[in-house]
Amino acid sequence: MHLSNFQIFLLLTVLKIVVVLLVTLTAVAYTVLLERKVIGLIQNRWGPSRTGPFGLLQPLADGIKLFLKEDLMPLAVERPLFVIAPMIALSCALVSIAVVPFGNVFTYRGVSLFEISDINIGLLVILGITSIGVYGIALSGWSSNNKYSLLGSLRASAQVISYELALGLSLVGVVLRAGSLRLRDIVNSQAHHGALSWNILPQFFGFFIYLMAAYAETNRAPFDLPEAESELVAGYHTEYSSMKFAMFFMAEYANMITVACVATLMFFGGASSPLGHLLPETFGGRFLTAVFPILWFVVKIFAFIFLYIWVRSTLPRFRYDQLMSFGWKWLLPLAMVNILITSLVLAFHG
Amino acid sequence: MQLALFLIFAVLCVLGALNLLLQRSPINSALSLVVVMLSLAVIYWTLGAEFLAAAQVIVYSGAIMVLFTFVIMLLNAGEEVKTRGSKVAYIVGVPAVLCVAALLSYTFLHERAALGYANLGGRLNDGASNMAELSKVLFTDLLLPFEVTSILILVAILGAVVLARKDN
Repeated sequence: MHLSNFQIFLLLTVLKIVVVLLVTLTAVAYTVLLERKVIGLIQNRWGPSRTGPFGLLQPLADGIKLFLKEDLMPLAVERPLFVIAPMIALSCALVSIAVVPFGNVFTYRGVSLFEISDINIGLLVILGITSIGVYGIALSGWSSNNKYSLLGSLRASAQVISYELALGLSLVGVVLRAGSLRLRDIVNSQAHHGALSWNILPQFFGFFIYLMAAYAETNRAPFDLPEAESELVAGYHTEYSSMKFAMFFMAEYANMITVACVATLMFFGGASSPLGHLLPETFGGRFLTAVFPILWFVVKIFAFIFLYIWVRSTLPRFRYDQLMSFGWKWLLPLAMVNILITSLVLAFHG
Repeated sequence: MQLALFLIFAVLCVLGALNLLLQRSPINSALSLVVVMLSLAVIYWTLGAEFLAAAQVIVYSGAIMVLFTFVIMLLNAGEEVKTRGSKVAYIVGVPAVLCVAALLSYTFLHERAALGYANLGGRLNDGASNMAELSKVLFTDLLLPFEVTSILILVAILGAVVLARKDN
């Protein structure tokens, strides 16, 4: 059977989407397990250990449990929005991974295999989709008709809007250095001398701002005020149960993975090896040259997620006014100074 | 392919706009406006204006409309009461809208050679990124309007600060 190029493109794209979705959702499930395990060990307990060896089947059991639970629909909710909100949250969290390049360019009949799509403005696409994701949280709180939910979602919207500015500005330095918004170009601009040419060294302040803003954007500790359980019961998802709750849960962890992907691409050389040219180009034959970059990428993502969990189990929660003044009075000016210095250096040196 | 995208999102855009007018609860209207803006962004994209599409999503749907919904949620605005509307709106408004629409479409169709137009779904720039060109124009030919706009926004921010500050 002979397939035209367009048919090949269509088939491979669908295949890539299915594979990436499966891998991401599995990663989400096992990030939850990793979090419970690591926090358990940090707090000197075991974490889940009964379901399967080392508790490895725990995500499966949790999934079945959430799926089989009764789906409660409170009487006072705004029905359509209440149902749509978790879908918006989850789909926005999953869509943004479509522009992430996972490995080196490796084409089969003109279709790049290790990324779903390669877009000129990939970075803006990720930022745009993340900014749409706020609607999931905002609407869930409003449509629940519950004061704790509403307070949680108001906090979340204000927090996300405030930190989005710092987040966007922290990445401008990297974009200036690479001269492109295409993620592939940004990765290539840091691939010359291994770990030495990664953006983390010249853009350290940018990375610091990005990291802080990313914790706030994903509503994670120490900025998890939208779901501060000691103040707001559970925040915006108080009224949700069963799979609708699971969607919010998955969206949060998928967002963590996306944020880790962006940090890796922007500051840690994406899928490029930290060893640079110490290893020969054709090390280990054709198969290994294709697989090694993906391995590096996964290791970097894992390190970021571990950092996330470590921070959550170590730091206490900020107070709301501290959160706001930190974002507006420290991160935002710092990001602007970073842009100014980067552009001055590029103007006189580049 | 691009024709299909255009048709889908143009229909979605018009439906969103109609829904915006017909809904009685403010939050549904605001969300319909978000749908309109997102479909416009997709149409920009199919025309090759990628940066404009991204800016539309990030600025309008991601920031401004979030603030709108934020305010609606905060004030807990209830359902609007449907009124018959004023007679002036029917007598003057409807013909005026039709006149403007007719004038605009006449101008576009008559002067399209001079205005420069894209074929339906045709890409303006062969898939190349137009960001560099856009920034060149913005920082050379259109520098004055660009800077004046930023001063305008600064004035708006100062105004907001003055209004929000407590008297003491």
